[in-house]
Amino acid sequence: MSAQHRTTASGASRSLARSRPRYGEVIVKVVLMAAALVSVATTVGIVFALLEPTIEFFGEISLGEFFGSTTWGPLFKPPAFGVWPIIVATLEITLIAIVVAVPLGLATAIYLSEYATPRVRKIFKPVLEVLAGVPTVVFGFFALTFVTPLLRDVFPFLELEAKNGLSAGLLVGVMIIPIVASLSEDSMAAVPNGLREGSYALGASKMLTSVRVVVPAAFSGIVAAIILAISRAAGETMIVAIAGGFKSVFTLYPGDEMATMAAFIAQAGSGDAPVGTIAYKTIFAVGSLLFIMTFAMNYVSARMVQKYREVYD
Amino acid sequence: MNDSRNPMPASRTADPRNLPASGHAQIGVSVPNVTVRGPEVPRTIEALDPVFTVSGLSVFYGDYEAVRGVDMTIGNREITAMIGPSGCGKSTVLRCFNRMNDLIPGARAAGKILYHDEDLYGDHVDPIEVRRRIGMVFQKPNPFPKSIYDNIAYGPRVNGMKGKMDDIVEEALTKAALWDEVKDKIKQNALSLSGGQQQRLCIARAIAVKPDVILMDEPCSALDPIATTKIEDLMQELSRDYTIVIVTHNMQQAARVSDRTAFFTAEVDAEGVRHGRLVEFDETSRIFTNPSDKRTEDYITGRFG
Repeated sequence: MSAQHRTTASGASRSLARSRPRYGEVIVKVVLMAAALVSVATTVGIVFALLEPTIEFFGEISLGEFFGSTTWGPLFKPPAFGVWPIIVATLEITLIAIVVAVPLGLATAIYLSEYATPRVRKIFKPVLEVLAGVPTVVFGFFALTFVTPLLRDVFPFLELEAKNGLSAGLLVGVMIIPIVASLSEDSMAAVPNGLREGSYALGASKMLTSVRVVVPAAFSGIVAAIILAISRAAGETMIVAIAGGFKSVFTLYPGDEMATMAAFIAQAGSGDAPVGTIAYKTIFAVGSLLFIMTFAMNYVSARMVQKYREVYD
Repeated sequence: MNDSRNPMPASRTADPRNLPASGHAQIGVSVPNVTVRGPEVPRTIEALDPVFTVSGLSVFYGDYEAVRGVDMTIGNREITAMIGPSGCGKSTVLRCFNRMNDLIPGARAAGKILYHDEDLYGDHVDPIEVRRRIGMVFQKPNPFPKSIYDNIAYGPRVNGMKGKMDDIVEEALTKAALWDEVKDKIKQNALSLSGGQQQRLCIARAIAVKPDVILMDEPCSALDPIATTKIEDLMQELSRDYTIVIVTHNMQQAARVSDRTAFFTAEVDAEGVRHGRLVEFDETSRIFTNPSDKRTEDYITGRFG
């Protein structure tokens, strides 16, 4: 009886099956998936492109020689393949960059998120993002032609070489300030306002609220921002090639000229290392190493974010 | 029926700290010194030992006058409830008592709030010092993403309080009736607690700085009935030592816990702009049994709001 009633109510025998196929839906899905696949495929492609020459490289040069020596000069005769000088140069410049970018970036983020009026923030943030868009070659020439001469005048006792790790590191730091500041600010802005109110209601000042409540609550996002910035700094090429130079002598002193891993790749890749030679394969070996280093940092950052993420409903 | 709805104020009235049994006779009817639209003047009573004396309080957000002309007094170690429909300005008024509205750009208070004998909005007053004396518990539990211990210790630390921190933490958690539940996991993240525990933690956090007054902005609206009962019991306990002002949407809650109740509503003025107004302020028993204003009666009997 009731079944009969339902049938009549919904109109005699109209099926619930789809009346005609929706091709559009299928096409959209395929197009979107293809777009997503492009970036995945590129990454996989890079890995494979790096892998083959790298394996060939280590067929000729032992891991022991690669990591066991501090003399680097694959383009010289006789060539030397101790990778430490360029690893150390990369780490030094990255460290200088972080020392510059983390305090400035965090201070900027706290100012924008906690102190600035909405009007100031509206003007300030786009300007900051413009800084992120400055071509790095500009930073490189700025370091070479302005910062280094200035540092030499003001601090002659540093005995800076014309190209040196210090100026390069400083400008790499400036380059990554927007990354640290912008991403940290996003994560501080996402801290629920209730936490700030809770802190103010206990008689905390704005400074204490920012430093003891907002920053810890946004910690995972801030760590992610810093690690992303480190990856960018480690892989930065143009600034270090122009202002840091290509001399790959093992040195711990940032006032010396030093070649980073990226600078070496740029130098060797733009030169005339014939395909198949050991010099050519070295480029890929160093590229693989840099890739592994930044990949490891990104992985650690992802894990940190997961571990320290606070879930606010 | 009235007694069963409203047992608490009756029992509290017997407490010698509160008004004498003949309280009504001693309660003066204040005549507000502001112009009030309509024929009726709100019936308000004055507490004998006021912590706050509010006169002609209006609160503006920019040009918008959110609350107009409030006169009321908050009695020492009493529980004062503020009830009324959404948008009637009760939370806005509450947030004036610890100058929380200062944090909202464009917010401004006119009129006067005396805290004991000091003008709360005087030029010399430091809002941070105000908030140290007048604590607040919010609608949604907002523990910091830190350990239970650090949540409680935060206020004493930022205020540079002397004394052994472990003792301060234990005392605050004990007063908030939370110590037994958390003493074995004091270093765990506060966000692992249930909603009701989180709210009691927030009350403990407020108590830890040894305030004079605790403001509560709908403290139970995000909690289940059992957690709500616990918080209400706690408020009764705390009112021995603290003055409590609570905003609530729950009329039964106001009836159960408070000594005095202020009923607010929103009125539309001649220009069609809504303002929050205080309609009636009286002993809770009277508000819920024999309100003097028709609008109060309509609200508490559920005919409006």
